[in-house]
Amino acid sequence: MNAETMQSAVLPTPFHSRTAAMCRTNEWSRWAGYTTVECYTDVELEYFAVRNSATLFDLSPMIKYRISGPDAERYLNRLITRDVRRLAPGRVSYVVWCNDAGKVLDDGTLFRFSDTEFRLCAQDRHLCWLQDSGIGFDVEVEDVTERIAALALQGPTSCAVLRQLGLDEIEHLRPFRLRDYRLGDSDLTVSRTGYSGDLGYELWVDPGSAEGLWDQLMQAGALLGIRPIGSRALNLVRLEAGYLLPHVDFVPADHALRPSRARSPFELGLDWMVDFDKGHFIGRRALLAEQDTGSKYRLVGLDVESNRPADGSLVYHAKSVEAGHVTSAMWSPSCKRNIAIAQLRSEYRSRAEDLWTEIYVLKELKWEKRMVRCRIVDRPFFDPPRRRATPAPDY
Amino acid sequence: MSTFDAIVVGGGHNGLVCAAYLARAGQRVVVLEAAAEVGGAAVTREIAAGFRVSSCAHILHQLNPQVWSDLDLERNGVVASSEPMPTIGLGADGQHLKLSPDEIQTRAEIAALSGADAERFHPLMARLRRFAGALEPLLGMSPPRLGTADWSDRSALLKLGWRVRRLGRDDMRELLRIAGSNVADLVEDTFETERLQGLLAFDAVLGTHLGPRSPTSMLTWLYRLAGEAGRALVQPVGGMGAVTQAIARAAQAAGAEIRTDTPVARILVEEDRARGVALDSGERLSAPVVVSSADPKRTFLSLLGVEHLDTGFVRRIRNLRMRGNVAKLNLALEGQPEFTGLASGDLGARLVIAPSVDYLEQAFNAAKYGEYSPAPAMEITIPSVHDSGLAPPGKHVLSALVQYAPYGLKAGWDTAKPAFEQQVLSILGAYAPGLDSLISARQLLTPFDLEREYRLTGGHWHHGELAFDQLLMLRPVPGAAQYATPLPGLYLCGAGSHPGGGVMGAAGMNAAREVIAREVGE
Repeated sequence: MNAETMQSAVLPTPFHSRTAAMCRTNEWSRWAGYTTVECYTDVELEYFAVRNSATLFDLSPMIKYRISGPDAERYLNRLITRDVRRLAPGRVSYVVWCNDAGKVLDDGTLFRFSDTEFRLCAQDRHLCWLQDSGIGFDVEVEDVTERIAALALQGPTSCAVLRQLGLDEIEHLRPFRLRDYRLGDSDLTVSRTGYSGDLGYELWVDPGSAEGLWDQLMQAGALLGIRPIGSRALNLVRLEAGYLLPHVDFVPADHALRPSRARSPFELGLDWMVDFDKGHFIGRRALLAEQDTGSKYRLVGLDVESNRPADGSLVYHAKSVEAGHVTSAMWSPSCKRNIAIAQLRSEYRSRAEDLWTEIYVLKELKWEKRMVRCRIVDRPFFDPPRRRATPAPDY
Repeated sequence: MSTFDAIVVGGGHNGLVCAAYLARAGQRVVVLEAAAEVGGAAVTREIAAGFRVSSCAHILHQLNPQVWSDLDLERNGVVASSEPMPTIGLGADGQHLKLSPDEIQTRAEIAALSGADAERFHPLMARLRRFAGALEPLLGMSPPRLGTADWSDRSALLKLGWRVRRLGRDDMRELLRIAGSNVADLVEDTFETERLQGLLAFDAVLGTHLGPRSPTSMLTWLYRLAGEAGRALVQPVGGMGAVTQAIARAAQAAGAEIRTDTPVARILVEEDRARGVALDSGERLSAPVVVSSADPKRTFLSLLGVEHLDTGFVRRIRNLRMRGNVAKLNLALEGQPEFTGLASGDLGARLVIAPSVDYLEQAFNAAKYGEYSPAPAMEITIPSVHDSGLAPPGKHVLSALVQYAPYGLKAGWDTAKPAFEQQVLSILGAYAPGLDSLISARQLLTPFDLEREYRLTGGHWHHGELAFDQLLMLRPVPGAAQYATPLPGLYLCGAGSHPGGGVMGAAGMNAAREVIAREVGE
């Protein structure tokens, strides 16, 4: 950070000159200290571009930690709930990590570059927790957020855009794998990852190469329908994909003022990410105890009748007993369903046949409420085969 | 591989007490002591041919009565070398103030300086002892946890509340007024004699990183009084080592095995449970229960290792305040020392250099900034006055606690120790002219030396500050305050646990009770 950027309260991302030029609505928001676009032109146009062509999303503000050293694998294996020993170099994994009480501090993606070097991408800043977790380990944890610019290239034609760019064999890159390329004078790392639930990639470069990369992608994608998208469209596709958003679908444990608001991986429906067989990890004993006594809450996907999004709705059992609340909701154009993510008290998961959402509708300045039936359904709500197909389909 | 029911790491007094109780409950117990003899910081060592002295702790005043009777320490050889010791506040002018267990005599001593102070002294002490009495029952039990639905936790808290309530309105108000306060305010509000103020304030700050004007220094005094519970100050025949030898005999008589010269390298873990220990020698001993009397930092950060612990817990252990402030001076003397103005009959008393609150506070000021006190406070005993076995005929040993000597000395102890030693001797010389010429051997143990020689992290006698934020259910940290630790099968029993340091033995006794309840019950 130089003296000039210190002057401004909010930092520009490495792509700012390009995003600002294309942001017709001038709608911005703050993300981890950076100014980012909420919407370039129209949320629906941007949403449909993710599902039908290709899109660019500037995810440079994503917090990135470089974790390296001889003990990096042991360190991470204690930090997160999954077994890091099974993550081979060149692969990426979705991870969560917990505090001592087994409550989730954040989720993120873990990139493994070699035996001894990793990158952890997260929503929130955790340097203090990550460094204190390194006490007694030969490991170095650095915040490299400012040193890496990142773009998400998502949508059915995303692979075609990269081929147009000249990335050899990119169609053979499997989901959750990464590969290094040389693009002109700069290094480019491509991972087949994303937050859209669609075919897509994330591109990682030096900030100095950021603008050049943007220009090349826009040029390569010109005939493939590429367009930039803002955070609002992204929030729609991530919900269809069933991904959780910290601070929206759950309160990270270190932000919870009320201890009862923190949630365990079990309570977030992430049981499959908890590996009790790998040895000790932070929160393990608390999670074992929770497994014995049962979890208090359960995060579920809901299919809601009617077409009104159930934002902020309370969920009732038998229309009368409060059973939980909706954290994210939308009418899904791709599923043609009214979907939601909700937190229920766990006892109502088994009484799913009689669940109702109370939906609030504003009609010309007057609120009305409707009791609408809902069903618990599996996530992801939207899961096209192209998301996982290898070689990636060419549209 | 040898197999036991329980392994006790460290043969200090608490480790031995714990082993004795476990053995009495029928457990096959082994105590592993790194040094050549048991005792930890309660040992008697020879500093020169024929001169023996309590190396660290040197006065017995807090030994838990339950431990005393359960382990039959009287029959096992603990004998007081004298009548209860008076405390004498030394004045550089040769005017001293003697507080003895005899009330009439003490009142007369104080009255010679101030009639008003003499009137106020015993009522104040009686009140403080009542306060300490409300706290005292907590010392012999596991501290209750806060915010649980557990019946025994709630009952213990209710009983504490009841004992405080039973003090009556005036006492209860006064307790709440002073508990978080500083000792200087109380003694300065109550007394006009500087020497009396300094002498009382000394007891509040001895062994802590607090000055008399530091908040909560009043609580440390009450805590000390609770530990004493009205018991007298005595020195055991043969020094403090005799006490730990007696406890060791009791433990062995109950069936415990004791191995000295056996340093433990690490605690072994399998399937998320303590399973034994590996020794420095490479040998492994197995047991389903490991009880550590080593300090919490050593236990968790070195012997166990953080990979078996959670980050929040490791943070709390790392942040434990345990940087020692007390140095120990041991002298071999060729003759009986003379203190100006002190009758030779009083040489066997506990002699304190803390002539005023300001003297103590100024001594503490240096420690705040990583320097030793230019004029330190001291607690001096000459145990050979009562116990002729400690020195050759006509000769003596002098033992003194010197405060403040901060562990984290800016200049570094390797460099600064000779100058500090000179400083201490010159202060002593001001009270006892000619002492220098009697010294035939001397030993100064700084916190740095104590850490190295007695395996006390930070050179802290009490395995962690005995202060407001590290007492009761906060000692050593939440999550390990009831002797059980986050790792199943691993327990703490040392001074780092409730009720803390001082030769009490209560931590060892409470820990054993907890181990038996959790591990032997079924």
